[in-house]
Amino acid sequence: MMKPIRPVGLIGYGAYVPRYRIAGREIARMWTDGQGGVPVEAKSVPGPDEDVITMAIEAGRNALARAALPAERLSAVWVGSESHPYSVKPSGTVVAEALGASHWISAADWEFACKAGSEALTASMALVGSGMADYALAIGADTAQGRPGDALEYTASAGAGALLVGPAEEALATIDATVSYVSDTPDFYRRADRPYPVHGNRFTGEPAYFHQIQSAARRLLDELGRSAADFTYAVFHQPNTKFPQTVARRLGFSEEQIAPGLLSPRIGNPYSGAALVGLCAILDVARPGDTIFMTTYGSGAGSDAYALTVTERLLACRERAPLTATYLAREVFVDYATYARWRGKLVLG
Amino acid sequence: MEIARHWRQRATRYRLEGQRHRHTGVVRFPPQPAALGEDPEMWEPVALSGRGELYSFSVLRQPPAGYESFGIYAVGMVRLEEGPLVSAQLTDCAEADLVIGMPVEMVTRRLADTGEDGVLVYGYKFRPRLR
Repeated sequence: MMKPIRPVGLIGYGAYVPRYRIAGREIARMWTDGQGGVPVEAKSVPGPDEDVITMAIEAGRNALARAALPAERLSAVWVGSESHPYSVKPSGTVVAEALGASHWISAADWEFACKAGSEALTASMALVGSGMADYALAIGADTAQGRPGDALEYTASAGAGALLVGPAEEALATIDATVSYVSDTPDFYRRADRPYPVHGNRFTGEPAYFHQIQSAARRLLDELGRSAADFTYAVFHQPNTKFPQTVARRLGFSEEQIAPGLLSPRIGNPYSGAALVGLCAILDVARPGDTIFMTTYGSGAGSDAYALTVTERLLACRERAPLTATYLAREVFVDYATYARWRGKLVLG
Repeated sequence: MEIARHWRQRATRYRLEGQRHRHTGVVRFPPQPAALGEDPEMWEPVALSGRGELYSFSVLRQPPAGYESFGIYAVGMVRLEEGPLVSAQLTDCAEADLVIGMPVEMVTRRLADTGEDGVLVYGYKFRPRLR
């Protein structure tokens, strides 16, 4: 279990989900004649002018607005993603410039499949918790790609979550402790210069998602001396609907505990943003004194678990930026042809 | 040349940064160089709120070169709360959603992709206000 020397917490948070959706059924219509089940009802689709940088900017603005913190006071702007717009040129510098941060910051892009955002969160805890800085912004954002017709295409979606870490005494939710667990697991990868990732078939599921999450989550619960029942809410990485429901049940969490943060049925899997946007949705409804258990997952593979406690400050901060539900409600469905054009799946001669 | 041209405008484009006159409080956008004989220090940079009303709009059905990937899209003139009138692309909206006078807000989006070996250009657009 890792705990910073100086207690830290979230002083702001912000979600972003694009307004466009494609229904799972519409994707199935294209590839399976509409036969068979779909892993999520719909997934979010980035508009033609959106990418990780633009989504990170909006989520970041929401986090700063909730904290009522001038961007010049940030010491770090870190963006975790597997779909950075550039292979070489950091997203973080563009995001920092757009937010109005000073030039005297650390800015970097993090990479760890779906847990790149929580890597940035743990690093932010360390930066603030060591006293090296007071405020660090950790963002997880993705415009995930799935090969046309592949199982991944039904879920690979877009979204961003921004978590602003600061001293615990200013926090709307304290981060009490974290655990990180990793192992070399070839469950999912994308080689350099390849457009779409692939699954390492039999490595998906038990040895990957479930083993990593259960290892991190159980270790954190054990070392805190707490059980699932001691938490008001829980949120897990959500590559589909079934996996987070299953892992929650195995760890002893109820459907009610995960319901507010389980967004994958409606927006699919926004990779690095998945658990973070789920956490934002929980913070949108949580009350002071509530406790939240978050566990992220990234292929390759690893998992970060966190225990948070909501403070009185949340109530004053919440309405300063759009709620996650506001983004979820503005859904506009597109057909497969529009989706294919926007996502660059059409080759224009 | 082109990279420098985009880079120079980043504060204006990313943050909607305009100028405020230190004495009169007049706000202008986009930023301009000082007039001949004017003290350049009189105009200080100011980040505008990005909130305003749709003053007028038009729909482009034949996009210019470099904008084909957006398909049909709308451009608008927005009267900002601080006063200036700004022209920009409108996003996250269909033609049927647009009404003159509607509240809009600034978002930072991709303006253009200057080609496989070019830079991605980001800047302000406006969308119907979320809340």
